[in-house]
Amino acid sequence: MDSESQMSAGEQRVRVLVAKPGLDGHDRGAKVIASAFRDAGFEVIYTGLHQTPEMIVAAAIQEDVDVVAMSVLSGAHMTLFPRVKALLDEAGATDILLTGGGIIPEDDVQALLAKGVGRLFGPGSPTTDAVAYIRSWFEERETAREAGQGAGG
Amino acid sequence: MSTVEHDLPPTPDTADLAAEIERREAELEALRSRLAAWEEASAATPSRDDSFTSISGREIRPLYTPVDRQDADGYLEGIGLPGEYPFTRGPYATMYRTRLWTMRQFAGFGSAEETNARYHYLLRNGQTGLSVAFDFPTLMGYDSDHPRSLGEVGVCGVAISSLADMETLFDGIPLDEVSVSMTINGPAIILFCFYVAAAEKKGISPDRLRGTVQNDILKEYQAQHAWVFPPEPALRAIVDMFEWCSEHAPKYNPISISGYHIREAGSTAGQELAFTLKNGFEYVERGIARGLDVDDFAPRLSFFFDIHNDFFEEIAKLRAARRIWARTLREKYGSTNPESWRLRTHCQTAGVTLTAQQPENNIARVAYQAMAAVLGGTQSLHTNSMDETLALPTEKSVRIALRTQQILASETGVANTIDPLAGSFYVEQLTDDLEAEAEELFAEIDGMGGVVPGIEGGWFQKEIANSAMRQQVEIESGERLIVGVNAFTDGGEKVEIDTLKIDPAMEARQRERMARLREERDDEAVQRALSALTHAAREGENLVPRILDCARAYCTLYEIRFAMEEVFGAYREPVFF
Repeated sequence: MDSESQMSAGEQRVRVLVAKPGLDGHDRGAKVIASAFRDAGFEVIYTGLHQTPEMIVAAAIQEDVDVVAMSVLSGAHMTLFPRVKALLDEAGATDILLTGGGIIPEDDVQALLAKGVGRLFGPGSPTTDAVAYIRSWFEERETAREAGQGAGG
Repeated sequence: MSTVEHDLPPTPDTADLAAEIERREAELEALRSRLAAWEEASAATPSRDDSFTSISGREIRPLYTPVDRQDADGYLEGIGLPGEYPFTRGPYATMYRTRLWTMRQFAGFGSAEETNARYHYLLRNGQTGLSVAFDFPTLMGYDSDHPRSLGEVGVCGVAISSLADMETLFDGIPLDEVSVSMTINGPAIILFCFYVAAAEKKGISPDRLRGTVQNDILKEYQAQHAWVFPPEPALRAIVDMFEWCSEHAPKYNPISISGYHIREAGSTAGQELAFTLKNGFEYVERGIARGLDVDDFAPRLSFFFDIHNDFFEEIAKLRAARRIWARTLREKYGSTNPESWRLRTHCQTAGVTLTAQQPENNIARVAYQAMAAVLGGTQSLHTNSMDETLALPTEKSVRIALRTQQILASETGVANTIDPLAGSFYVEQLTDDLEAEAEELFAEIDGMGGVVPGIEGGWFQKEIANSAMRQQVEIESGERLIVGVNAFTDGGEKVEIDTLKIDPAMEARQRERMARLREERDDEAVQRALSALTHAAREGENLVPRILDCARAYCTLYEIRFAMEEVFGAYREPVFF
């Protein structure tokens, strides 16, 4: 699919880091979502497997991404999401969206939302939901930035 | 293509033969003309779909008849009898009429104590074999107290960091009576040695051990991704185990060549079949290259396949696998022992088919898949629990999964006769088609220099990812219907089933246990055993005796891994996307 064709001239491309944290090697979901993001016109960087939270945050900063999308099927989400969120905040990257998916029970999804993590997508979610979510988050952020600049200037 | 060891019926005289051929030709001709008329009439009747394809994308025709089978191999050559070459109908002569398949539920979570309790529960409920699920740190060769293990100890399986944990895991379980399967690959040789040493502590010598260690590193690089060492030293360690087991543990399967993870990662049935068998041939070639006689180790090579949703395709896949293995072992590798030709397999229903939506529906999916595994002639079976797409299974859901197998065995009658679908025009055609597809893929892999170059170039990984993407697109476009996901959705339903939670305090307890172990053991013996192992790794000696010494000295998993890593290095996957 030609990703450029989906974008209007001058529109900024969303940059997404698709990340596989921890020791879990189940990358089917990560690769499928990365392909779906690319087909949707996002710029996608995939970290590869077995990344530590530190490695993910360093890559996010270095690549200047808008979104970090983590895939966690190992059950270690309650350790990994908060850790990445904390490291992003420490690095001053509070405007990066941390979202993701995997096998994450509803109670844990709610607990992570309360900690500032974005939406998390469970098994069976259409990739289009994640694409639409990131698009609307990105547009909102850009609008807020423009408004902020307008007010300040 | 092959000679058949059977007495053929006496040759009838030529006139009778000519008459018989004529009669058959006339019958086929009549069938062709009737079929043409049937096809014409059918074409006028509306079809409920544009195309009918298997879940792997295979075109399925509306009807199969003897016309489809007219060029097929003869019965004895292509199908034969169970327990006889080419083993299409089953690896054993009497199959389930002598012994049902082993009902083996994969289980492991939390600490060795908790998992030990689950094993006793499963054995009390009529399970006939054990299957160990390790946590991610163990799968990757890290101790529970290693920094990279943080948050993952005991979460997805049981944490086993030393012989002490392995002893606890099998406390009260007779390892000479219960066969145990261990799903471990990257550090398989280490966990195997913990197991042998744990049995030794119970006074059970290795020659009495029955069971299996997965130990299939090639599919780790291709699909599952729990590796430790690079391919060449990893393959050497596997051949060390073939060699050691053929001498000391002749009833133990030192490998389970696995398609399961290839399929779960997204492959089609044909890719699963071809990649798995090709990996199997690679191990055979490595053993032969070591100087082993193929018939010294091939009889203990075992297999593990996924059983997905497409009922007949999965049955045909198992039948094709047996035939390809038998033919290749005999004709290509010169094996003369029928035990080497006999493909024995474990099967597991496809975890990837379970849905988080309306999870109780998974009970029905698993039941159909389990029936396909049995009709395909599996030797052992794991049935998934309905809640496994949400969390590790609860006792209740595991019991339902086990009962599903018991209902299949006791109530449905499918185990009364051997390979009941043989002779079905459709199933035989699918079996042949899958074999032909596998042969094409073998040639393609040979063309790139073999399995290891295919892995290093990312070919397998990309093929699997492409198939996964195709399936996702089919589901999202509504071309492929999944009940509860894109069809028959209740709308906004809440999941109302209990899920198992792992106590986060477990990780701290496991770390304390490790600290105690490190304090109590004889440090000098630990260091001595580890240096001897590094030396053996460097000198090309068989690693098993040295790792066994490490296990006995209570060296930890990571210490043993590290002692080898000094020589072997660690595997880093190039990112393929």
